[in-house]
Amino acid sequence: MNIIVCMKRTPDTATKIAVKDGQIDPACLDTWIINPYDEYAIEEALQLRDRAGEGKITLVSIGPPEAQETIRKGLAMGCDEAVHLVDDAFAGLDPLGAAKVLAAAIQKVGDFDLVYTGWKGVDEDHGQTGIYLAEFLGLPHVSMVVKIDDIGDGEARVEREVEGGHELVRTSLPAVFTAQKGENEPRYPTLRGIMGAKKKPFQTWSAADVGLDPAGLQPVQEILSVTLPPQRQAGRIVEGETVEEKARELARLLREEAKVI
Amino acid sequence: MSTNNVLVVAEHLDGQLKRISFECVTAAAEIAGSLGGQVQAMVLGTSLPAALAEQLGQAGAQTVFTADDGSLQDYAPERFAQVVADTVRRADPAVVLFGATARGRDLAPRVAAKLGVGLASDCTGFAVKDGRLVITRPMYAGKAIAQVALQSSPQMATVRPNIFPPAEVAPDRQEATIEPVAVGEIAAGAVVEEFQAKGGDRPELTEANIIVSGGRGMGGPENYVVIEALADALGAAVGASRAAVDAGWRPHSDQVGQTGKTVSPSLYVACGISGAIQHLAGMRTSKVIVAINKDADAPIFKVADYGIVGDLFDVVPALREAIRELND
Ligand SMILES: Cc1cc2nc3c(=O)[nH]c(=O)nc-3n(C[C@H](O)[C@H](O)[C@H](O)COP(=O)(O)OP(=O)(O)OC[C@H]3O[C@@H](n4cnc5c(N)ncnc54)[C@H](O)[C@@H]3O)c2cc1C
Ligand SMILES: Nc1ncnc2c1ncn2[C@@H]1O[C@H](COP(=O)(O)O)[C@@H](O)[C@H]1O
Repeated sequence: MNIIVCMKRTPDTATKIAVKDGQIDPACLDTWIINPYDEYAIEEALQLRDRAGEGKITLVSIGPPEAQETIRKGLAMGCDEAVHLVDDAFAGLDPLGAAKVLAAAIQKVGDFDLVYTGWKGVDEDHGQTGIYLAEFLGLPHVSMVVKIDDIGDGEARVEREVEGGHELVRTSLPAVFTAQKGENEPRYPTLRGIMGAKKKPFQTWSAADVGLDPAGLQPVQEILSVTLPPQRQAGRIVEGETVEEKARELARLLREEAKVI
Repeated sequence: MSTNNVLVVAEHLDGQLKRISFECVTAAAEIAGSLGGQVQAMVLGTSLPAALAEQLGQAGAQTVFTADDGSLQDYAPERFAQVVADTVRRADPAVVLFGATARGRDLAPRVAAKLGVGLASDCTGFAVKDGRLVITRPMYAGKAIAQVALQSSPQMATVRPNIFPPAEVAPDRQEATIEPVAVGEIAAGAVVEEFQAKGGDRPELTEANIIVSGGRGMGGPENYVVIEALADALGAAVGASRAAVDAGWRPHSDQVGQTGKTVSPSLYVACGISGAIQHLAGMRTSKVIVAINKDADAPIFKVADYGIVGDLFDVVPALREAIRELND
């Protein structure tokens, strides 16, 4: 079972966002992680590979040269090899452009049964790239996968999260899955994994290496401006002699003042 | 050059249009008004009840495209996307809207990919400037709000639920023109075979008007009965922090926050939740926030409109009792 996992480095979820000149201040993005949903994808892929007892996992990631460090963390978790897509033309890609680059790279890697992406990046929250990618690869997709019930020769049955429950989906393979948080907890790299990651195959490809013309990658989604959401003010602590009094006062406020119950 | 029309791809379940579809019609009417175009809608399915197209018309759609075919019984992304893409090519709208639901967020990117165009996800506002959309959408789980434009046509977006009021169904509105869409044979590798309901009849988190959430302060899965009782007194959904989900007390589908659900109910009651930045990201746009926590310094109080400092196991039952008294 050969699996390709698309992995993006994203700012740490604890990042406090700042705005400068009407755009996100790059200076506030100083700590980087593997996009959490891509970590779920990696964990699923590792378990699938290990259950199958054979196959390899290839990480594919578009990012600046510094993203190499984050990609190595994915290798340290246990993935077998990595392709890092680095090119000036890849700065500021939107999901449409990112999917074009990923599709070209994945076709070049070749020989896979499954492509896994995260369901969305916790940076710009698009939740699109994996699905665009499936179309460009001419493959079926299942998005927001929380569980793989059964995966075998050329076919899989998986569960995706929807409002009020799960949808059970049957798909042919190869396919593209986008990972929602499921039951698996992503593993931490072991010391041995970290040491071993340094020796794993690591390729760096440019736009030309995957046969793409930078002109076709211009984003069609333009961020005109960014603002911070209105700050919330601390409200009031409801006081009273007893718990019952406080609760009664809160209920009254919610009905008469806030008018929400 | 496209028309100035705005097409809503509607969603239905058990023979009923979903509320989000009427919310999309409201957004579509605003945009179409500024562009000088029509609101149009589209429904897909098998043996579609006539009421669906009728109601979309009564809500404000002037044309309703209906794709009614045996092959559209079970959702299959490739097939559904092909039918929508074909209809978009034929109707040539300026804008196409979907609900930002599990279905809409699955279908819209596949349609956009087929058309080779961009897509704005989970949008909360639309304005028209010089004939093009300026779209408002949160990023970084709401820690930043972006204004974006799409340089491809049609301009496509998914609309966040609970932002736009649902368009009213007015029975005396002029009838919509129904345009049946022919559906050919379309291969699909992935097909939804079954829906497994989670069970319980509390409202869905992302659709709920009131949410009562419990965090690590709940102490264990068995204690959630305390907040479930409050939730039921309020007709509310039950949510959780990641700490509670990671401890295995609640399913992940209940998680609110940056790696869970983004919610904006009119009332959010946080019980035994400290208010970490990732949790706040998911619920900070709630209209009114109530915090119940025994630590007066918990960060959650900095964003709460009302707070009670105290043990949730005393406060929550007392609050339920007070609400019951109020309702009597
Ligand atoms: C990559 C990443 C993504 C994350 N995504 C999310 C996310 O989507 N959602 C999310 O919620 N978190 C997320 N987190 C976790 C987040 O950082 C916090 O760890 C988490 O929100 C804490 O949950 P909590 O408030 O329930 O627990 P705690 O921080 O432990 O707070 C428990 C609170 O309960 C109070 N308490 C205890 N007992 C009682 C009692 N009897 N009565 C009243 N109050 C009591 C305490 O005073 C305390 O304030 C994420 C973290 C990371 C690293
Ligand atoms: N630059 C990138 N490199 C590799 N994978 C990416 C990149 N951008 C997006 N993806 C994949 O697409 C998923 C969804 O991203 P998005 O559409 O940006 O929310 C991510 O979880 C990744 O798996």
